[in-house]
Amino acid sequence: MAITQLSVFLMNQPGALIEAIQALSDAGINIRAMSIAEANDFGILRIIVSDTDTACKVLGDKYLFSKTEVVAALMSDRSGALYPILTALNEANINIEYMYAFTGSGPEEAYVVIRVNDVKTAEELLNANGIRTLSDESLKI
Amino acid sequence: MKRYYQPEIETAPREKILEIQNEKLVKQIHHVWDNVPYYRHLMEEKGLTPDDIKTVDDIHKLPFLSKADLRDTYPYGLLGTDLKDCVRIHSTSGTTGKRVVAFYTQHDIDLWEDCCARAIVAAGGTEEDVVQVCYGYGLFTGGSGLHGGSHKVGCLTLPMSSGNTERQIQFMMDLESTIICCTPSYAAYIGESLKEQGFKPEDNKLKAGIFGAEPWTEEMRHEIEKSLGIKAYDIYGLTETSGPGVAFECEEQKGMHINEDHFYAEIIDPDTGEVLPEGSVGELVFTALDKEAFPLLRYRTRDLCVLNRTPCSCGRTHVRMAKPMGRSDDMLIIRGVNVFPSQIETVLLNEGYTPNYQIVLDRERNTDTFDVYVEVSPDQFSDLMGQIQKMEKGLESAMRTMLGIGPKIHLVAPKTITRSEGKAVRVIDKRKLH
Ligand SMILES: [Zn+2]
Repeated sequence: MAITQLSVFLMNQPGALIEAIQALSDAGINIRAMSIAEANDFGILRIIVSDTDTACKVLGDKYLFSKTEVVAALMSDRSGALYPILTALNEANINIEYMYAFTGSGPEEAYVVIRVNDVKTAEELLNANGIRTLSDESLKI
Repeated sequence: MKRYYQPEIETAPREKILEIQNEKLVKQIHHVWDNVPYYRHLMEEKGLTPDDIKTVDDIHKLPFLSKADLRDTYPYGLLGTDLKDCVRIHSTSGTTGKRVVAFYTQHDIDLWEDCCARAIVAAGGTEEDVVQVCYGYGLFTGGSGLHGGSHKVGCLTLPMSSGNTERQIQFMMDLESTIICCTPSYAAYIGESLKEQGFKPEDNKLKAGIFGAEPWTEEMRHEIEKSLGIKAYDIYGLTETSGPGVAFECEEQKGMHINEDHFYAEIIDPDTGEVLPEGSVGELVFTALDKEAFPLLRYRTRDLCVLNRTPCSCGRTHVRMAKPMGRSDDMLIIRGVNVFPSQIETVLLNEGYTPNYQIVLDRERNTDTFDVYVEVSPDQFSDLMGQIQKMEKGLESAMRTMLGIGPKIHLVAPKTITRSEGKAVRVIDKRKLH
């Protein structure tokens, strides 16, 4: 069920991000969600794209990147919607490494991307709590 | 079992060794003064005559010779005898393209082969042994040196030369070689090939190996010892001083005994040329005490190492040199600490990184800054920032342990380290620009 995130190692220097984004855009790839983690010398660009396979080809051996399975949970775009998700994970003692959110195409539709160690357990838990999670297929736009 | 090839000299009391050295040195100074005008001029420039050199304590007064002198005097300028008295040459490629050619009289060959014979006996060799020499033969000194030493000991000598690994293995198995002599990298390669062919380390009859002619680490030693099922001995030498056998390891494997009755060793500060006190790291300098055809005095090897004069449990009384830790040309002094790029490479390999790195030195508020850029490989990359930062910290502390000084580690993307004509630039020293 989980969705695939691409994590790209970028040097912390002007132009590095633009170059990577440009390459993806030139190949007609839509970035559905993204976040950047930064350190002194480098950053990690984390993206969820419309076509993972093509994106991997584009990044090819020009970039250092990895594929990471993450949980994308659907929630309504209103205050307090994140709360039941976090509570469920917290009560099951599932540690969140990082997370970021994006809004969906439907009205009042939002998603939260969650990086956990055990994606399967986290998804089952969320589903059991009535929270929908997405698969790669549902993101191909 | 025979422990020494020439016990009288190898275990001689220190006073005896000193006496031999002094006697040979005085004779050698006259030989060089009379026969090598190039060196005579160097002495005259310093206002020296042979009378100023009475004991080895006077050696520090003598001028140095370096690779540049060999280049300038190529090919005959440092020859100490008539060519008709020479019986052989050996040669090595110089770093700047011009070759070094060394000459030997029969006496020179004899003393060199004695040195190699000492190394073979120290590795357990007797006339019962089968010595497989897979150093290259020819202009290179490795093959001839160990070959001659093996003859002197009375071993059955297999003059294999290097290469043709299949044939090496066939002879090793069929003729039951017991001692192998080659470069450590070739020994490791043979070990791998044996394994590939389904042989176990105990399937061969080898008991010892004598390896030299290139830098190698303790880790490599353990690997070779394991894969071949042998004890691996180090040997040191350079064409300028004869070839292998100038120094060799005993069963203690704690430094190589220098054949001090033929070669006088000094450790100097590579920058000032000052002789350094006992136990200091510095450049190794050799004076050939009784070579006739190529009598180099105070030859700067560029190898950095330490001498150890403490008595060795093997009974040999000759000084031991540590495995050279690098070339003086490569040594960096960072905040007063000697650092060799090769040490950084060792840490990277130990920690599972590729040896793609770059050292950047600069100066900030009168203090050296020390940054090491390291390429991350795809299998090390993680989407977790904490993981990558942990890798940086781990590498920093491994570097501090090895070097005694901690660099700032910067992980960078693969293939981003500056390359010049395909070769990675390992050191950028911006301190020199200020
Ligand atoms: Zn010893």
